[in-house]
Amino acid sequence: MLKIVVVGNGMVGHHYVEQLAAADVEAHITVIGGEDRPAYDRVHLSEFFSGRTPEDLALTTQEHYRELGVEAHFGDAVASIDRDKKTVSTVNGKQFAYDKLVLATGSYPFVPPVKGNDHESCLVYRTIDDLDNIQAQAQGSKVGVVVGGGLLGLECANAVKNLGLETHVVEFAPGLMGVQLDAGGSAMLRRKIEALDVKVHTSKATQVIEANADGDSRLIMRFADGSSLTTDMIVFSAGIRPFDQLARDCNLKVGERGGIEVDQQCKTSDNNIFAIGECALFDGRIFGLVAPGYRMAEVAASQLGHDSTTFQGADMSTKLKLLGVDVGSIGDAHGSEAGAVAYTFSDERIDVYKRLIVSADGKNLLGAVLVGDCSDYDTLLQYFLNGIALPTDPQTLILPYNAGGAPALGAAALPATATICSCHNVSKGDIVTAMDAGYCSLGEVKAETAASTGCGGCAALLKSIVDDELTSRGLEVNKAMCEHFNLTRQEMFHIIKVESIKSFAELIEKHGSGRGCEICKPTAASILASLWNDYVLEEKHVGLQDTNDTFLANMQKNGTYSIVPRIAGGEITPDKLIVLGQVAKKYKLYTKITGGQRIDLFGARVQHLPAIWQELIEAGFETGHAYGKALRTVKSCVGSTWCRYGVQDSVAMALYIENRYKGLRSPHKLKSAVSGCTRECAEAQSKDFGVIATENGWNLFVGGNGGMKPRHADLFATDLDDETLIKYIDRFLMFYVRTADRLQRTSVWMSNLEGGLEYLQQVIIEDSLGIGAELEEQMNNIVDTYQCEWKTTIEDPEKLKRFRQFVNSKAEDRDIIFVEERGQPRPATEEERIKILALSA
Amino acid sequence: MITALNTTEPKIIPLCGQSDLIPNSGICAAVGDQQIAIFFLPDETPQVYAIDNWDPVGKANVLARGIVGDVDGRLVVASPLYKQHFDLITGECLEDHQVSVATYSVTLLANQVQLSL
Repeated sequence: MLKIVVVGNGMVGHHYVEQLAAADVEAHITVIGGEDRPAYDRVHLSEFFSGRTPEDLALTTQEHYRELGVEAHFGDAVASIDRDKKTVSTVNGKQFAYDKLVLATGSYPFVPPVKGNDHESCLVYRTIDDLDNIQAQAQGSKVGVVVGGGLLGLECANAVKNLGLETHVVEFAPGLMGVQLDAGGSAMLRRKIEALDVKVHTSKATQVIEANADGDSRLIMRFADGSSLTTDMIVFSAGIRPFDQLARDCNLKVGERGGIEVDQQCKTSDNNIFAIGECALFDGRIFGLVAPGYRMAEVAASQLGHDSTTFQGADMSTKLKLLGVDVGSIGDAHGSEAGAVAYTFSDERIDVYKRLIVSADGKNLLGAVLVGDCSDYDTLLQYFLNGIALPTDPQTLILPYNAGGAPALGAAALPATATICSCHNVSKGDIVTAMDAGYCSLGEVKAETAASTGCGGCAALLKSIVDDELTSRGLEVNKAMCEHFNLTRQEMFHIIKVESIKSFAELIEKHGSGRGCEICKPTAASILASLWNDYVLEEKHVGLQDTNDTFLANMQKNGTYSIVPRIAGGEITPDKLIVLGQVAKKYKLYTKITGGQRIDLFGARVQHLPAIWQELIEAGFETGHAYGKALRTVKSCVGSTWCRYGVQDSVAMALYIENRYKGLRSPHKLKSAVSGCTRECAEAQSKDFGVIATENGWNLFVGGNGGMKPRHADLFATDLDDETLIKYIDRFLMFYVRTADRLQRTSVWMSNLEGGLEYLQQVIIEDSLGIGAELEEQMNNIVDTYQCEWKTTIEDPEKLKRFRQFVNSKAEDRDIIFVEERGQPRPATEEERIKILALSA
Repeated sequence: MITALNTTEPKIIPLCGQSDLIPNSGICAAVGDQQIAIFFLPDETPQVYAIDNWDPVGKANVLARGIVGDVDGRLVVASPLYKQHFDLITGECLEDHQVSVATYSVTLLANQVQLSL
């Protein structure tokens, strides 16, 4: 059997073993690691000081290797290679024969040749043992200096800071992270790091390190410019050098400045010896990141199988968090290519710096620098790696969204070859293939492709691709809403309207099959309500409603309900406030103010709902439709009546709007707000439709929302008078109700309309479809037939029968148990519930 | 508890009248400490179905308040909490075969719903 010996068990050496084991090559693998422990995650090394244990950082174990059939020796480094006999010998005198030898010896920290660098308080930062030493030295230290202001140096500074020391960074070059950042980015990074109380000293050449004879601190560093710095310990983290001594000793070809020379197959000058990772020199370069190291491991492993691949160099773009600061660097950060054009955006208020380097013709992204905000990194990297043509105004890619910035590159726009996860080299095509094979959830895709299981930097992008694929598949395969109707919501709406269908039974008989389900029934109920506005608890409709609609309240996790009376515009009298308090007290309800300027009463048992509402209605409240896919609230600021800045009466307008559209059933919930001036205190731009007062009237915004994917609303029309404002909102809402899909918020609906905002403006303002009058009439019809569902319900004894916990008993549901927290009731946890029930039994 | 009521003789317990039922929806009846969800589907044969009211996934007494319908021809109720489907005849949870609820034998006789134990 082929004997393979792997020297070194760092991240790359370990990856090689895993690749080989997975490739099912007939071979005996021996791993020899100089450190006492098997491979661990060096990328996240600094987390050791924020609580991660060596076990957390471990990538494998001795047992795991045993299961793979791999012979592993740790804590015994290889001392020499005999290429003629094809053997390696270890420091402890063991000898291993090989057919193929893989050198994954990695690198060692570069310690500048400064007199005094061998003091016992001078340390390096590379291995878990080094961290143990740093931790030991930090005991009894007050000040720590890190020599090196590059990526590794700042990682190390984070570690020193986490140990609670006054932290200094000393850098020879004029700026931090000079390799990855341009001068502007470097300056912003410095600003941010100094704000974190890390002292930065640049352009400092250390000449000598001396024991400090007379001070509190142990050491004194003297610099070439005559200045000095006292400290208790020094950690060198000023770069790496390839660990190539073994190769030199056996006369393998090495580079002038170190590194074992390899070809595209990762072979050294000896056909039977491979070198991978940071000890290898490819095309005159050392690749000091884990992703290229993994690529080399895969290439080297593939040489022993059938499908050999080649190493072509690697992209060194990187995104990371240094001392909590987001830093991203793509391609040529310095703009060294002839004719390259740079765009720079800098906001010192929030300490964000972004720079784009674009080719002379403006078509390609050559590089980018991001400091303080890496949210554009994924999009920019895709432009860079895939040579995607830039938009006409590339600066929009880094401008804030509200300043005209372009939206992120959609998942659909990426080519199949686009690399999504660079740690595991997963392309968009790989993800699509996995989904074709039936691995469709995000979790399954991750497990199947390994995407996003390395540094995790691509998690957001991966999710958007999976979502996008799911959406497009959903549409391709089947637009049907469920197994009972081969219709979209829009089609169902059309049919119900045109054929004047008045019940679900009629609908399913004519256009569906089976008996319906929890998807099509509430959808049909919502459309029937939007079109005919019948009372939702009529016998023919009651079985169609979600429990929230049936009981006109919101079910909570323990089966009780919450109640939100309408408080239009957030305006409420003291008397009504008192009633809410009294009712909550009487029925032992938990009370909380909602984001929509209302008061939510939680924990009502189903049998108490009518009595609670009886009291609320007597006090003048009506239902708030918080349970329905319907208009919820119209939030308002106090407006010109009170506010020194208000230019219109926003409360009156909010009241009018809320009272006009209350109860309107829609494809999803609808929220609105009215602000009395441009200060926008009511946050109208985060609503489905928002109104902001101007000197001359009202500006209308549409398509905003908060929640998981917040979106700013778009300005739809300006300086409207009251009448026109309402006319446009009537048309907008009714057009949405008619054409949107089930559970589609206005923002998604609008962006899915061909022509988007402009089209919507044509339909509503210019009445391009000639349906304006019809939409208004339909809305008027709904406004005219409004009824408070709770009022209708409590007036009908037949309907109240539904609100019994038990049809045959007055008992209460004994499984609903509350405990007190912060002076209010809350549902007992499952453990508390079981304990309390056991005690009462 | 139901088990305490169990005897060798089949036992008939009247639960409610037909007018207490809600067409194409559910209600809940108590038998001792046990909560039983009863569904009235006037167009099916039989017309009444009974399962535990306790949702073993959501851990609350809510199944009577779910929407009834069918999935691949099986009569089901969807839990109002997390939307798992429970087969009205077998009690099986369609999303997780490890989970099921008890089913009960009920009949609608002379405008009365009766439980047979």
